[in-house]
Amino acid sequence: MSHIETFYDVMRRQGITRRSFMKYCTLTASALGLGPAFVPKIAHAMETKPRTPVIWINGLECTCCSESFIRGAHPLAKDVVLSMISLDYQHVLMAAAGHAAEAALEESIEKYKGNYILAVEGNPPLNEDGMFCISAGKPFVEKLRHVAKDAKAVISWGACASYGCVQAAAPNPTQATPVHKVITDKPIIKVPGCPPIAEVMTSVITYMLTFDRLPELDRQGRPAMFYGQRIHDKCYRRAHFDAGQFVEAWDDDNARKGYCLYKMGCKGPTTYNACSTIGFNEGVSFPIQSGHGCIGCSEDGFWDQGSFYDRVTNLAQFGVERNADQIGMAAAGAVGGGVAIHAAVSALKAAQNKAQANRPADAQKEEV
Amino acid sequence: MKIEVEENLPQMDTKLDFYSASRLTGDATSEDLETIKRHTSVYVYETPVRLWHWINALAILTLCVTGYLIGSPPPTMEIGEAAEQFVFGYIRFAHFAAAMVMTVGFFGRIYWSFVGNHHSKQMFRLPIFNRHWWSEVFFELRWYAFLEKEPKKYVGHNPLAQIAMFFFMTVGLSFMIVTGFTLYAEGLGSDHWLSTLTAPVMNLVGNSQVMHSLHHLGMWAIVVFVIIHIYAAIREDVMSRQSMVSTMISGHRTFKDDRPE
Repeated sequence: MSHIETFYDVMRRQGITRRSFMKYCTLTASALGLGPAFVPKIAHAMETKPRTPVIWINGLECTCCSESFIRGAHPLAKDVVLSMISLDYQHVLMAAAGHAAEAALEESIEKYKGNYILAVEGNPPLNEDGMFCISAGKPFVEKLRHVAKDAKAVISWGACASYGCVQAAAPNPTQATPVHKVITDKPIIKVPGCPPIAEVMTSVITYMLTFDRLPELDRQGRPAMFYGQRIHDKCYRRAHFDAGQFVEAWDDDNARKGYCLYKMGCKGPTTYNACSTIGFNEGVSFPIQSGHGCIGCSEDGFWDQGSFYDRVTNLAQFGVERNADQIGMAAAGAVGGGVAIHAAVSALKAAQNKAQANRPADAQKEEV
Repeated sequence: MKIEVEENLPQMDTKLDFYSASRLTGDATSEDLETIKRHTSVYVYETPVRLWHWINALAILTLCVTGYLIGSPPPTMEIGEAAEQFVFGYIRFAHFAAAMVMTVGFFGRIYWSFVGNHHSKQMFRLPIFNRHWWSEVFFELRWYAFLEKEPKKYVGHNPLAQIAMFFFMTVGLSFMIVTGFTLYAEGLGSDHWLSTLTAPVMNLVGNSQVMHSLHHLGMWAIVVFVIIHIYAAIREDVMSRQSMVSTMISGHRTFKDDRPE
């Protein structure tokens, strides 16, 4: 594949100075949690390795992953990231359309057989033979299987591809299914979030092309460096949580003081992501920083966890939605009431037995 | 009747009357005296079992109160700057500390079921293949449904209590320990050994919020058990033919009558 330009070639061609390039390598190294010794390694890889071909396909999704990706605030994201990976097929960004686009896809698969990375945004609906998502005249699931067959690895972008997201929320009428349940014979890296953080997306790709392997994954298949901790663990409002200082109602005085949003149903304590350290839009903010609790968008089945604004989740299994406390208290109340009635009956029964025992023997005989 | 009394109290006058008996045993009648001469208690709950029971009860009380508060925190307190107060931190600390005590106690209790007496094993195994045991289960059900006039005598747990102990304590506490430590491991970080150990549980459930709900429901199951347990213990203490509450203090089961069945 010597005819493919290296990343460095592309960057220089786009007018990026060597100084900026080294800055980029340094920032990437630190973003990936690597020591300074890795900076020259990254630089070397970028100077010598051919661009990693990426085929990016879109299933049942909302394109928020693409939108997030192109806002990568990492230095040079717009100019470099999209150029350094050889993005050969991407609905949102590619110039080609219609038959030309599909021809380009086939060409890419043929050309980079076994070497390209497949990035999947969205997921395939399996119900009705996949007819709920048609791409280029075919069910998306067929396209996914076709492209994944010759891929080196698969990246599941966002909550859709990783877990199913809103289209897979109960009752999931289209049977939207996360990628790893359809493609089972390829290494899959999940980058959940709705959308995932732009820097997380670009860093994952950078890591893969630098070291030519998947980053270290956690037990759910997410890159551990970004999904190893809960948002809660690194939240700048954590001190208020430990102090017991909470926002009690929207827009109250505590909200203005920036207290913890735990009582407002913040899902930070149950959500693994890097929002509280990296932030969105050049690190400008993230939900908690703008005064709204985390909704847990990078967690499996986050749409089915009741309201975004409840600390204790409503459990729909009980018909009318009730949370664990209400169910528990009802059960405890019913049992307590039952116990009281049982105690009363026991006392009456005991009194009755006593009265019978105390009755003169002949009276009892008459009864019999 | 009088002869027996004379045998046991040789220093007494042969003409034993009510007052000489009451000198020994307060207001005991001669009928009482005859009963207390018999050995009518069995040592059931050994010291480690009793210690475990009360430590466990205290730990569960602490865990339920603090656990409820963790789900529904108390109103915001502004004692000082966030750095100067640790209200919610202490509530969580109490929960975790009590959880550690309960867990160590539970493992100690399991250990004791191997080295302790016959009764210490009851809580951990149900003799479900024993037909006689099942007949006693149904007998107890009838007793609680007011269909039996007189309860049976039991040295250890009655079969119904044994079932409750097994499902709410042995299974219930195991469930709470597993889900609780899985949640606790989240705070320790994904590279902690406890996270590695509990990873299969978290993967099975999938979402930490669901794990919270399960742990929460488990608490209410234990609250329900506590209500039934305390009621049944007091009721049986009053209505059954043996001691209940004091047995968990002294370890001795005493019986109120001499009939074997």
